[in-house]
Amino acid sequence: MSDPVLSVEGLTKRYPGVTALDGMSFEVRPHEVVGLIGENGAGKSTLLKSLVGLVTPDAGTIRVRGEAVRLRGVAHAGSVGIGMVFQEQSLVPNLTVAENILLGAERSAVRGGIYRWRAMKTLAQEQLDKIGSRIDPGARTDTLTFAQRQMVEVAKVLTIEERITGEPVVLLDEPTSVLERDEIATLFAQIERLRRRASVVFVSHRLDEVLEVSDRVYVLRNGQVVAEVDPSAVDATDLHHLLIGRESGGSHYHDEAQRECDGAPVRLRVENLSTAGCTKVSFEVRAGEVVGVAGVQGSGREDVCRALFGAIRSSGGRVTLDDQPFRLGSPRSAVRSGVGYVPSERRTDGIIPPMSVAENLSMAHVGEVCSGPVLQVKRERGLVDHWVRRLGIKTPSPDTAIGTLSGGNQQKVVLARWMIDDDLRLLILDHPTRGLDVGAKSDVYALIRDLAAAGCAVLLLSDTLEEMIALSHRVVVMKDGEVVTTVETPKGAKPDPVVILEEMV
Amino acid sequence: MSSPDTAQPRAADAAGPAPPLGPGPAASGGRLVWRPRGTDAVQTTASLAALVLMILVFSVLDAQFRSWDNVVAVVDAAAVLAVVTVGLTFVLLLGAIDLSVEGVIGACALTVALLVANSRTGLDLGVLGVAATVALGAAFGLLSGVLSTRLRIPSFLTTLGVYAIGLGVATILFSGERPIVEDPWLGDWASSRFLGFTIVSWVAAGAILVGWLIQRYTRVGRYAYAIGGAEDIARLSGVPVARYKTAAFAVAGAFYGLGAVMATSQLGSGVVQAGSGLNFSAIAAAVIGGTLLVGGRGGVLQSMIGVLVLTVLQNGLILAGVSPYAQQAVQGVIVVVAVAAATWPVRHRLGVVK
Repeated sequence: MSDPVLSVEGLTKRYPGVTALDGMSFEVRPHEVVGLIGENGAGKSTLLKSLVGLVTPDAGTIRVRGEAVRLRGVAHAGSVGIGMVFQEQSLVPNLTVAENILLGAERSAVRGGIYRWRAMKTLAQEQLDKIGSRIDPGARTDTLTFAQRQMVEVAKVLTIEERITGEPVVLLDEPTSVLERDEIATLFAQIERLRRRASVVFVSHRLDEVLEVSDRVYVLRNGQVVAEVDPSAVDATDLHHLLIGRESGGSHYHDEAQRECDGAPVRLRVENLSTAGCTKVSFEVRAGEVVGVAGVQGSGREDVCRALFGAIRSSGGRVTLDDQPFRLGSPRSAVRSGVGYVPSERRTDGIIPPMSVAENLSMAHVGEVCSGPVLQVKRERGLVDHWVRRLGIKTPSPDTAIGTLSGGNQQKVVLARWMIDDDLRLLILDHPTRGLDVGAKSDVYALIRDLAAAGCAVLLLSDTLEEMIALSHRVVVMKDGEVVTTVETPKGAKPDPVVILEEMV
Repeated sequence: MSSPDTAQPRAADAAGPAPPLGPGPAASGGRLVWRPRGTDAVQTTASLAALVLMILVFSVLDAQFRSWDNVVAVVDAAAVLAVVTVGLTFVLLLGAIDLSVEGVIGACALTVALLVANSRTGLDLGVLGVAATVALGAAFGLLSGVLSTRLRIPSFLTTLGVYAIGLGVATILFSGERPIVEDPWLGDWASSRFLGFTIVSWVAAGAILVGWLIQRYTRVGRYAYAIGGAEDIARLSGVPVARYKTAAFAVAGAFYGLGAVMATSQLGSGVVQAGSGLNFSAIAAAVIGGTLLVGGRGGVLQSMIGVLVLTVLQNGLILAGVSPYAQQAVQGVIVVVAVAAATWPVRHRLGVVK
């Protein structure tokens, strides 16, 4: 067996409250396509960022052709032979294809600071020829389709061949997540072509694709490699079990606190809701019911939530709240109708870090603590003290900047922001436990149970299926922008996550 | 154009949920929708159409407007603004802003007046004096660039500081006595004509050409587009962003220096306020032409359309007998309308405006 081109040994990266990589080890051999799969939070993105020098690991070694390297950035990673095709793409939109391919390493196309356009196009064409692409190097990048730009990125990554001796390792980060079916076929043909001159690491959460394209598959969970499998010897169901794993028992999710709500009136009724990312979505949520929305990236489930809160535009559909027509317009009108939203990106969308706990808490319902335009400091203080006590928020004082608290306490403040509204009718939770440690997660679960018991309808998006199934009464499964099925998840008869996972992919 | 790699070039629109016309949100679940296509091109076409329309209207209204003499007058009046706008365009391409124009021009105007034959100093450096002045402008630009990139202060503030420094230097050089330009060669720039146009206009034409060459054929120019288009991606690709940002500011400063020389020739003496009003006009001209403040869009030639729009407008309004005070207000209204029109297609993406 040939020596590995790339090997990773015991890679560890800790963030406050979360261990993203926990002694991860794997290797890539020449001309091999290695698949990496894992749920959100399994450590995929941190791993990739470490491999191109965007994240400095706390411990562990990265070896390229046997030599330990300490990567300082994308350009440096390229100079040792590791290139990455980024999921969010890394081309400058207003430049030509040729300029993008050669950006930062123009070689003979620029002499003494002067551009030689003909040489530039020739050099770029050589790269495009490597992958057999017929894209015009003179075209402006923002006139291309996503799939075409991805090909340009592959061509750009291959420029590192000229800078190294030996063959490069190409990392493909979720390359299929926004491609159409025929585009995926083109990409897979491209990967086959690519392996003749490079090693490929294919990262995805779509199991069927990983099995189809990879020679070997590593399964990641909680920052570790939990299994190395041979795609020809396993099927998707085996992988599902490896992927999900088993965490703690029922008390973690406060299962006993789940209340029946069959007789409750329908709180939210969504009919044929459409946005840029979802089509004709229909479902209902009863008062006191927790409904999970499952789906992979690109399934459109985030779109549904954001459209309901008025944060993105919807292009059609009818929504009623307690049988009253509910106009999807702006977050402000949603809040006025008794709808709350806990966003997934807590630090950027959920809190205003330099402002105090008190200000962050009363933000959405300032009317509660004001007389006319004047803030009643005493009333605000009373309200904030009440909620800090009730939710057990650990903060030195209500005036502490919320950015200095732990993630779990920040999230409690965000939840309290909506709970102070007595008339809260619907709470949309977009990955409410992302980045929280186990204890904080459990606290958030308890709060969700309390809210439901008090009659609030809850719409839940979750990183893990296990969490979603445990908390929900029902799970609506979405795929490619549409609802494909609904799975009942009643207390005491929770289905196996695999049942839902198979509908998702 | 390109030949698509995949089945159909606009697969995004053919299948599934069609995004609203034009630009969509950068990432909203389903398909990623790229940045708006050719917003700047639309803007440039619109301003070109506005320019033609304006010329037609003024020509019908006023026989004097369509005379050859008036064409020459418009071009001569546009010369200094054109050169300054060429420079400013490089800073705007970065996505930065330059508010130092009037200060730099003030300092350079006094410098050139004192270096060529003049009423105050015994110097008579002629063309060398002009070159030194352009170099001084570049030095001011370098200062703005270094302050912005090394101290990581927004260009809005650093260039405001450099503006004050420039005016201060100009006032010190002025020292209470205006230097009259006695160099016949520099005096000729504004007075002698070649093929009907003043030398100043020819210098401006040359400067525009040089600006376009820099934009099209040099690293400074191309990297300005890359940095303005996506600075983080440029950095990830190994582009030394700080160095090329600084270089773009220096190039801009050199053009301001040349603009100061031209203005001084027209004024006949070194004046601290030689650049008065030019900063606003130059930003307005660039934006009207399609060099948007977001960076990476437009270019030297597009900005020149904006320069003509502003100059023709001013000329037409004067001929129509509109008061100069009202003209400034009209110019302001036009800038606001032009910017609103330029950003119209992406309005729903502008969640937070500061």
